[in-house]
Amino acid sequence: MASFAPDIGHHELTFADKVRGLQWALMLLVALIAGIGFAMLYSAANGSLHPWASRQMTRFAIALVAMVAAALIDIRYWFRSAYWIYGIALLLIVAVDVHGRAGLGAQRWISIGTFQLQPSEIMKIALVLALARYFHGLSAENAGRIRYLIVPALLILAPTALVLKQPDLGTAMMLLAAGAILFFLGGVRLWVFGVGALAAAATAPLAWSMLRDYQKTRLYTFLQPDRDPLGAGYHILQSKIALGSGGLWGKGFLLGTQSHLSFLPEKQTDFIFTMIAEEFGLVGSATLLALYVLVIFYAFAIALRSRSQFGRLLGLGIAVNFFLYAFINMAMVMGLIPVVGVPLPLVSYGGTAMVTVMLGFGLLMNTGIHRDVRIGPLGESRLG
Amino acid sequence: MPRETQRETLFTRRAALLAGGQALLGAALVGRLYQLQVLDKDRYSLLSDENRINVRLLAPPRGRIFDRFGTVLADNGRNYRVVVVPEQTGDLNATLSALGTLIEITDADRRRVLRDARHKHSFVPLVVRSNLTWDEMARIEVAVPELAGVAIEQGMIREYPYGMTAAHVVGYVAAPSEKDLTGDPLLELPDFRIGKSGIEKSQDALLRGTAGTSEIEVNAYGRVVREIAHQPGQPGQDVVLGLDMAMQDFVMRRCAAEPSIACVLLDAVTGDVLALVSSPSFDPMLFSAGLTPAVWQQLSTDPRNPLTDKAIAGVYPPGSTFKPVVALAALEGGAITPDTPITCPGYLKLGDAIFHCWKKGGHGTLHLHDAIKESCDVFFYETARRTGIDRIAAMAHRFGFGAVLGLDIPGERSGLIPTRDWKLATTGTSWQPGETLIAGIGQGAVVATPLQIATMAARLVTSRAIVPHLVRGDRLPPGGDPRPPEFAVLDIAQRNLALVVAGMDAVVNDRHGTAYAARIKDPALAMGGKSGTSQVRRITQYEREHGLRKVKDIPWKDRDHALFVAFAPVASPRYVCATIVEHGGTSGGGGSEVAAPICRDVLIEVQRRDPARQVPQPASVARAGPPAMPPQAPTIASHG
Repeated sequence: MASFAPDIGHHELTFADKVRGLQWALMLLVALIAGIGFAMLYSAANGSLHPWASRQMTRFAIALVAMVAAALIDIRYWFRSAYWIYGIALLLIVAVDVHGRAGLGAQRWISIGTFQLQPSEIMKIALVLALARYFHGLSAENAGRIRYLIVPALLILAPTALVLKQPDLGTAMMLLAAGAILFFLGGVRLWVFGVGALAAAATAPLAWSMLRDYQKTRLYTFLQPDRDPLGAGYHILQSKIALGSGGLWGKGFLLGTQSHLSFLPEKQTDFIFTMIAEEFGLVGSATLLALYVLVIFYAFAIALRSRSQFGRLLGLGIAVNFFLYAFINMAMVMGLIPVVGVPLPLVSYGGTAMVTVMLGFGLLMNTGIHRDVRIGPLGESRLG
Repeated sequence: MPRETQRETLFTRRAALLAGGQALLGAALVGRLYQLQVLDKDRYSLLSDENRINVRLLAPPRGRIFDRFGTVLADNGRNYRVVVVPEQTGDLNATLSALGTLIEITDADRRRVLRDARHKHSFVPLVVRSNLTWDEMARIEVAVPELAGVAIEQGMIREYPYGMTAAHVVGYVAAPSEKDLTGDPLLELPDFRIGKSGIEKSQDALLRGTAGTSEIEVNAYGRVVREIAHQPGQPGQDVVLGLDMAMQDFVMRRCAAEPSIACVLLDAVTGDVLALVSSPSFDPMLFSAGLTPAVWQQLSTDPRNPLTDKAIAGVYPPGSTFKPVVALAALEGGAITPDTPITCPGYLKLGDAIFHCWKKGGHGTLHLHDAIKESCDVFFYETARRTGIDRIAAMAHRFGFGAVLGLDIPGERSGLIPTRDWKLATTGTSWQPGETLIAGIGQGAVVATPLQIATMAARLVTSRAIVPHLVRGDRLPPGGDPRPPEFAVLDIAQRNLALVVAGMDAVVNDRHGTAYAARIKDPALAMGGKSGTSQVRRITQYEREHGLRKVKDIPWKDRDHALFVAFAPVASPRYVCATIVEHGGTSGGGGSEVAAPICRDVLIEVQRRDPARQVPQPASVARAGPPAMPPQAPTIASHG
């Protein structure tokens, strides 16, 4: 694979080299998915750009710039900053926690002007960066040694616990899953996962006690969605009705009755996939699913071509994050997993998730552009 | 760098495993989508439609009721009501208070509205008050710009322009009661009314029509978004009656002075009921708007039975008006001939019993013609004795007695013509010969409705088995019905019928007839008839010996009923009128004194109008507004 790539490992990349290395096909896919999102937000507002579609477009434009910038910055800079970024993200989460306790019950964001920043979203990328850097410096033998796993385990558990306390079950799940997968890719022995699973099972009662009542209700509801069709089970039941009634071809653009008559909750955010499935049927929902598969496939291809462990882990970490976003959201609206409040990446209305996902793609492209850059243990260049 | 290569190989292997895992999860999503969107599509589509589509019933407008000339007897009027939409009011309490300064709003109304506002969506209009008057509406309309959320809505209410004049015939509508509910959702609409009596009830199926539907799309909160489909339904059919409202009104006014009275006016040829009066009457609007318990109490306990149609449901001993039937039974059976002489000494002895004639000194010897004319009781005691009760009963049945005639409104009663079998079956004792004598003068167990007595006269003068009816196919065409209904010819010798009719002619027009005083002097309009005075209680031996009490000393309820049945014109009878004045009315007189003048006036008026043949000019048909009742009319208060 590497033999087809231009041999640029021996000298610094020029700006033009980097721009040439941008993954235009990936950007096209991302724009396509975002475009579907704009259309659905237009429909969710009963055929109006206001209030969602136009703002989402602006965010996408900003996020696109952020993405390209993230792609063009030298990978060694990201490597060196990985722990700093992680540290800042963690501090922000703590800040939100402290601030939230002082104020309202469940605040998850920091307001910067009109922009609301969710530190837990930043953490999704920061964790991948930090773990990628950690495992980059870990030899295969040491990866098999349990004492070298204590630090990365803490890297995962600290934000997970804080986010779970917020309480944001979906993000906590995503952090835990992404961390575990990076452990897996980093070469951690398989028995460790067995032990980890047992430990998780042992602490489950503790986790259960940390859940808020509404989260427990959501879990009950998931287990028995028809128990209370007008109460807690209402959302998921209405979501399934919308999906099912879409049929093969859907009810047509702007013609979804479940969404337009407000039977569908949160149609512009977490349940936007349901709206797509209602208006465009199985054909529409499967098409979107295929686009996601293509993006993930692309991400795998880019990550696997990287010659540094950091690049590989970062690339696949981003891919895994994106997969988790999409899977958890879709499985949730289809009633396969409990309602946890994870947006559909690139499509759901919302700024932080859009920026986070796009920044992630920036980093992914970064690993593609810098695939031949050798990175030393401290982020220095290691030529030849 | 073998170490690095080794690490890369491990990474690639694990990445492949990861991809495989993701592929499995992705496949699960596809499978789930297929399950929901293809396999279970129909189920979820149905649920989706149930979510969003409400079907509302549209009540069809009820058919109207007309008289024979197109006068509207029952119509659909508008019922204006004031509603509030809580979400538009801002402050519901303040709005209600403001409204309360314009129209009267009771505390109960206010509490109901506030309670409903808490339980219903705030966009659902709540009725504050119904049946607004024009005055109240005007006051609200002027203030509506300042009263946000207040609106006037229009509903339908059944209106009877003639009010109590034809209340028993037309009937009334009311909300269906529990036992009326058949599962038809139309009946459960809050404003829906069904016929409860009279034509409104008997023709309910025709008048009701069929419901339309409106499919409306609602959102998750129940707010109407749009109408998807609209099926108008079938309006109820109009019903035309043979009644002549002008005659009905005339009869009603003529009867108004009597406390309790029934009068039937028939077209003897067609069987059309031209007027059917039972007074006192009631205001049918009370029922369609909803009856208060106090008014109901008053109506149902009144001794004069305003709710009962006495013309068809009142049963009275027909008295001497029954004598034509006895005469025909005797003639047809050969018990007497027109020339059979019978002597009346003022009484007749049968075994130990003595049967008195109304004329104390007796009529002397007379034949049938004079016996009818002077209504000699002894003649008919003897005739009945010779004829036998069974032949009398058979003849009575042929004239419409003893069974319902099948008039097309509910409530008709059959009356009773006693027979030996009936007596044995009901009392277990055998028939006494004396009872035949009593039946011979239309007393004892013999009872009949005014409609039956009128029908008897119609059959007498036409020799056909006329059946009275209210509903006509259509309005009367100019010149009268081209093909009047063909009723079966009675199998009675024309000669005998003519003899009886001639006797009835003499009752009125012969100087010695019992009703000579009530005759119609214009020979072209002259009527024939038969009077009757039927006892309500027995005259005691004490009274016979010490003289009858004066009428005014007898309690009203114990006084005799005054009856008269008449036909006109005598030369070629077309109209028949039967009147019964309960307990002789205010004067307490007999049939020829109290009832005959009413029949006379009615027959003069009906011949002048001639509703069987002439379509009046539109101007002469009273169209608008309920006619003012005379001040002495026994009206039932319609307000409280």
